Amino acid sequence: MQFIPNSSVKTKLFHELHLHDINELFSDIPNEIHLKHLQLPPGRSQQEVEDQMRLLAGKNKSFCVMPSFLGGGFTPHYIPAAVKATLSRSEFYTAYTPYQPETSQGFLQAIFEYQSMVAELTGMDVSNASLYDGATALGEAALMCARITKKKNFVIPENISWEKKSILSNYTKGAGITIKEVPYDTKTGTIDLGELEKTIDTDTAGGYIENPNFFGVFEPAVQDIHTLLQRNQALFVVGVDPLSLGICKSPGEYGADIVIGEGKSLGNPLDFGGSTLGIFACKNQFVRQIPGRIIGMTKDHQGKRAFCMTMQTREQHIRREKATSNICTNEGLCMLAAATYLSWLGGKGLQQLSQKNYDQGNQLRTRISAIPGFSQVFSGAHFNEFVIHCPDAAKVHTHLLQHGMQGGLLVERWYPKLADCMLFGVTELHSEDTMTRLVSLLKEVS
Amino acid sequence: MYHSAVWAEPLLNELEEETRKEKYTPASGLPGSLQRQEPVPLPTLDETQVVRHFFHLSQMNYGIESGIYPLGSCTMKYNPKLCEEISRWEQFALLHPYQDETTVQGTLQMMYELERMLCEITGMDQFTLQPAAGAQGEFTGLLLARAYHEANNESKRDEVILPDTSHGTNPASAAMAGYKVIEIPSTKEGTVDVEMLKNVLSDNTACFMLTNPNTLGIFESDILEIARLVHKAGALLYYDGANMNAIMGKARPGDMGFDIVHLNLHKTFSTPHGGGGPGAGPVGVKQKLERFLPIPRVVKNHQTYGFDYAHPDSIGKIKTTYGNSSVLLKAYIYILLMGGNGLRETSEIAVLNANYMKKKLVDSGLYHLPYRELRKHEFVLSCDQLRTTKGIRALDVAKRLLDYGLHPPTVYFPLIVKEALMIEPTESESKKTMDEYIDVLLRIAQEDSSVVKSAPHQTVVTRIDETGAVKNPILTWKTAGKLKETDI
Repeated sequence: MQFIPNSSVKTKLFHELHLHDINELFSDIPNEIHLKHLQLPPGRSQQEVEDQMRLLAGKNKSFCVMPSFLGGGFTPHYIPAAVKATLSRSEFYTAYTPYQPETSQGFLQAIFEYQSMVAELTGMDVSNASLYDGATALGEAALMCARITKKKNFVIPENISWEKKSILSNYTKGAGITIKEVPYDTKTGTIDLGELEKTIDTDTAGGYIENPNFFGVFEPAVQDIHTLLQRNQALFVVGVDPLSLGICKSPGEYGADIVIGEGKSLGNPLDFGGSTLGIFACKNQFVRQIPGRIIGMTKDHQGKRAFCMTMQTREQHIRREKATSNICTNEGLCMLAAATYLSWLGGKGLQQLSQKNYDQGNQLRTRISAIPGFSQVFSGAHFNEFVIHCPDAAKVHTHLLQHGMQGGLLVERWYPKLADCMLFGVTELHSEDTMTRLVSLLKEVS
Repeated sequence: MYHSAVWAEPLLNELEEETRKEKYTPASGLPGSLQRQEPVPLPTLDETQVVRHFFHLSQMNYGIESGIYPLGSCTMKYNPKLCEEISRWEQFALLHPYQDETTVQGTLQMMYELERMLCEITGMDQFTLQPAAGAQGEFTGLLLARAYHEANNESKRDEVILPDTSHGTNPASAAMAGYKVIEIPSTKEGTVDVEMLKNVLSDNTACFMLTNPNTLGIFESDILEIARLVHKAGALLYYDGANMNAIMGKARPGDMGFDIVHLNLHKTFSTPHGGGGPGAGPVGVKQKLERFLPIPRVVKNHQTYGFDYAHPDSIGKIKTTYGNSSVLLKAYIYILLMGGNGLRETSEIAVLNANYMKKKLVDSGLYHLPYRELRKHEFVLSCDQLRTTKGIRALDVAKRLLDYGLHPPTVYFPLIVKEALMIEPTESESKKTMDEYIDVLLRIAQEDSSVVKSAPHQTVVTRIDETGAVKNPILTWKTAGKLKETDI
């Protein structure tokens, strides 16, 4: 058998333990539930399994063979080989959570650097060492607002993804938090400020906006929203696409108390929606309420710089039911990808990448909305995603698919108001040719 | 023997040369309120510097390929290279989660089949692959319990019972799901106190959470009686699958009477830990709970696979999209490689290895084994005798192991064992490796206590001032830089 070295020396070990049969070690399992064998096929050789997996892989169409213009919070980005090489170091990817700091200094320092860069980008004082994804980060942020303010209402806009709303509801139910949803302005796609003002009151624990929001549109009224929340002693939570921060202000600059986001785009593959990275950063005054792991810089007994997990009394393995969160395993390797990616890009590189994504988005939107029958749905300024009203979205979708292309996301399913609308996403990965091909295919349907 | 490289590796921001900051030109077209006015404050480095930096860091980090990594309850086993390689194929890695279902049939088939495999391994009826880690699996399971009781008009069930040997995530997840936590002490045998359980079970009980074998490595032999009592009280029985590596192919939680199960694919099914994730914590349920599972479900119609969202009673979503896909893929490949027979042998040898190490260490008389003798895949020793005779604590033993190039076991858990060393060798270790580990543990127990108490001496840093890290939190390089300035 592979991966079990002692398979061949069983008898030696039996002898040491005075055993005749392996089942003597399982004699504490009641007879009624003893299993004879698993109804699974027998193990196969690596070569056979690789062949089988090739067949399976052949049933998938990756971005490389089928260009996709899907938005919805996930967009493909170029991953430098340097990032992949770093992630392939098995000292990193096979390590456990760094419980023994003296033998985990490498990973600990990398996390510290990640925290430092996230804090810089978001304009916050501190960051944790990652949560599962952007959506659970929102759930944790709402719980944290309630803990800090001792209030129970949390305000969100309608223009965030349905998945986030569902996850938020699941995360906050137990704490008795009420979620209040504020509609969006159907012309601009941004949060309806009048409605927001009516919804936020002194019972509000926190309010959330996204920049850009699910429709790709920027929320420009950040100062007003901040003032409104502050007046009601409520916390300001902002969700970001980190790749937009090369050209956008950090939320810290406009008064955010907590900044969250989906950090998957920082050096992690699309992975069918896996390999996510929950970014979570906040102001210093809330540090002891943060969920999840935090790495600190300290010294060893000889005064040498060293790193370790810190403020662990917030965490489940110490505080059990009184912990700030139940999270244990987080998204360590995705966080390492982000740290490597951001240092590879540098400040200037991130600015250029942000600009490129912004430009691609605006260029493609202009070209598509010039096609007869296709129109821009929201007038608000947007980043690399945008909503287009199509003559017949289902037909457009099928036509593109037949020609080896995946169009925008059909959003009607989750936003019935947006019938025949597609949420397009475009990044630095989309060539001029691919965009031109998309535009000509769309013209064929119009 | 493992020796870490010793680099005085600067922080990324310290690698950057001081240069005159370039003028920043704000992007046009953005709303003024959002327009960045200052350069992005990230260090600018060359790829050469970045790659070398992270290479140096990697050389100061112990991984499963460095050597034995016997953290109890963590199941640090070898991560097959083939699983890694395949998971990076672009046909799997470069898929958008919202692609048309006809273009992701391979991955959907993998998910569908993985669910069926996990059902067979655990004896459950249905699975969801969505949760990102074990703790999220627990949280999902408790939300399912809540939905189930609410659907039966039993919303008043607001208590979760668990033993004092449970993982910290259990009570934390229960609290997050809005439950009151009742912890019951274990018996002298180290198992669930059935009489005590009877006393606390009531029509307020939503769920009893149990790890089996428990965190002492002891199989809860009263499990059938426990299941009967829990069900008689109208409550559900929850299985924390962190220790599933002990019983694959030998016994199944579903047959024991568990209603909800979570597995840690990054433990039992050999996907790497990534220094703390990404993981996967799939949740299995008995049929009566199926309608509450997260959406979408993966379904098969004739030979076509797809997502099904039409489940009005579902708790909704717990994580964006469908779970950590590459982790699911690696676990699927692992199960194909091992097969039913291989998984069974995995558990047999994992248990054999643990009992071998336990016997050798206990026979020495230097370490003590509280509670019942027969263990499954892990065992918990006490160093209390060393503490009283020589002043050596479990933490000291752990740190001294580092000097011998070995990764320490889990320490101070479970909480009911004084000066606990929780050792789980897994099936990945050879007899030779285990013998070396045993020898070193025995040697440490006989060493001069001053050497042990001041360990580690051979590592890249010596013992770390963790108290100082809490008192004066330095969590970013910005804070570190400011402190440096005030020092001057």
